[in-house]
Amino acid sequence: MIITVSKPVDELLTMLQPFKRVFIVGCGECATVCQTGGEEQVKRMANELSKLKEVVGVTVIESPCDERLVRRDLKNTAEMNNIDAFLVMSCGIGVQTISEATGAICIPALDTKFMGKVEKIGRFYERCRACGECILYETGGICPITRCAKGLLNGPCGGQANGKCEVGNWQNDCAWVLIHQRLKEIGQLNRFKKFREPRDYQLKAGPGEVIWR
Amino acid sequence: MKRVYSNLMTNLLNNNFTITGEIEPLKTSDIHEILFTAVELAGYVTAVNITDNPQAFAYMGGLIPSRLIQEEVGLEVVYQLTCRDKNRLALISDLLAAGAAGIRNVLAITGDHTSLGDNPKAKPVFDLDSAQLTHMIRRMVDEGVDLDGNKIDSPPSFHVGVAANPNADPLEPELLKLERKVAAGAEFIQTQVVYEIERAKTFLDEAAYLKVPILIGICPLKSLKMAEWLDKECPGIHIPQEIMERLSQAKDKGGKEGVLEENIEIFGGLLKELKHTTNASGCHIMAVGFEWIVPRIVERAGLKRTFDWRSIISREITAISNAVAPKQQASTHRPEP
Repeated sequence: MIITVSKPVDELLTMLQPFKRVFIVGCGECATVCQTGGEEQVKRMANELSKLKEVVGVTVIESPCDERLVRRDLKNTAEMNNIDAFLVMSCGIGVQTISEATGAICIPALDTKFMGKVEKIGRFYERCRACGECILYETGGICPITRCAKGLLNGPCGGQANGKCEVGNWQNDCAWVLIHQRLKEIGQLNRFKKFREPRDYQLKAGPGEVIWR
Repeated sequence: MKRVYSNLMTNLLNNNFTITGEIEPLKTSDIHEILFTAVELAGYVTAVNITDNPQAFAYMGGLIPSRLIQEEVGLEVVYQLTCRDKNRLALISDLLAAGAAGIRNVLAITGDHTSLGDNPKAKPVFDLDSAQLTHMIRRMVDEGVDLDGNKIDSPPSFHVGVAANPNADPLEPELLKLERKVAAGAEFIQTQVVYEIERAKTFLDEAAYLKVPILIGICPLKSLKMAEWLDKECPGIHIPQEIMERLSQAKDKGGKEGVLEENIEIFGGLLKELKHTTNASGCHIMAVGFEWIVPRIVERAGLKRTFDWRSIISREITAISNAVAPKQQASTHRPEP
């Protein structure tokens, strides 16, 4: 799940300042779960914004990050409604996909935070940094790249006390203490001792592409 | 037979109880105070660590102070290098420059997180971790290649040290990390501060199987306030009630001066105890901002000056420095031995 939060109203108004006719687009997937770009939030945004702008239409696209759906749902929307800009209530991927597919100006209504798990509504936790070389089988299913503030690969640093991390005012668990506990539980402590070579950042060089057809 | 490049390593391998000190270059471009401090420590410590942006505060880089301390003061340094601010390219560059500057000891550490420092919005690097940095330095020294295997013309000669935290709770993951750093080629260990002798003993016993010299970290307490702050605000650090009471009584009797005098008693005693009742290879004394206290603590512990500070200026380095650098003003303050 891509976790998003709403931008502050002031920032939103600053971004929208040059535009009059605005079309609001929501997201039926992640932003709906995050309650930042679902039906309800889009409706509320339209109500608030109509006091200051001309809201010419609203829609919630199933997945604004899927160019096929964007083309299907927003084809000619900009021209037909003579809009100045889309206000997109989705993650940055949705904003860019709509912009690329329609050629229209797209204003992001949300800040994209991370890829995370949903514990319940209002509680989201980052779990993956898309490093491109998954080692979760070696670390008891706990990702040190994501959950260690320094992304260390070879065990805890000196900033660990009572199993907590120096980053975040000693509130967060030290990922490497968690990994140690977990590996011990499942009888794989030998994996903890393994020396891991430095990461290969070529895997993250440039915008990522996966092309197999 | 393993080659030995530094006084620090010679001392440690000869099982001499070894004292190292610490100097923090600060947010300044004036080198003189650093050199004066080095002069104060010279003769009382075998080597002095030069910190690398400690606590993620942006300070003067350690390379120039390291070179000048070795050249001008004749005190050997342990050049600290953290993984926080530099990617592997910058680390390799600095290590080559350190080799050229005659530095022979490097402490490979992770570094406190940028968000704790004085420029908290900075991008944290952590391209390598301390085990990987240790591994890389070993490759440079032993194989004459950089991390990716590219040949180094004239490889540097370093001894690599690492840090350890005896206060870590749980201790096992810390020990296992240490084991990995030793497997990667760490030759000595300098620990974080310890105030409880029992904790130091536990750690020394638990880490004895690594068969690497361990210097226990000692940090005198400049004031009662600092002691209280460390005890309360720094998770993992516990200052025994006895030390607190002694400092408090000293303050009542002699004020600020009294506290400092009591420090000499407390930490001189701790040093003595560590030397005589544990298998520690030495102590790393961090008295940043009041380094003058280190010689007093060392003397109080009954330790003699370990070497004549003039003897370690290598002729080679002096010759190079005479050729390329004008003499620093500080050299006129060199004390007579």
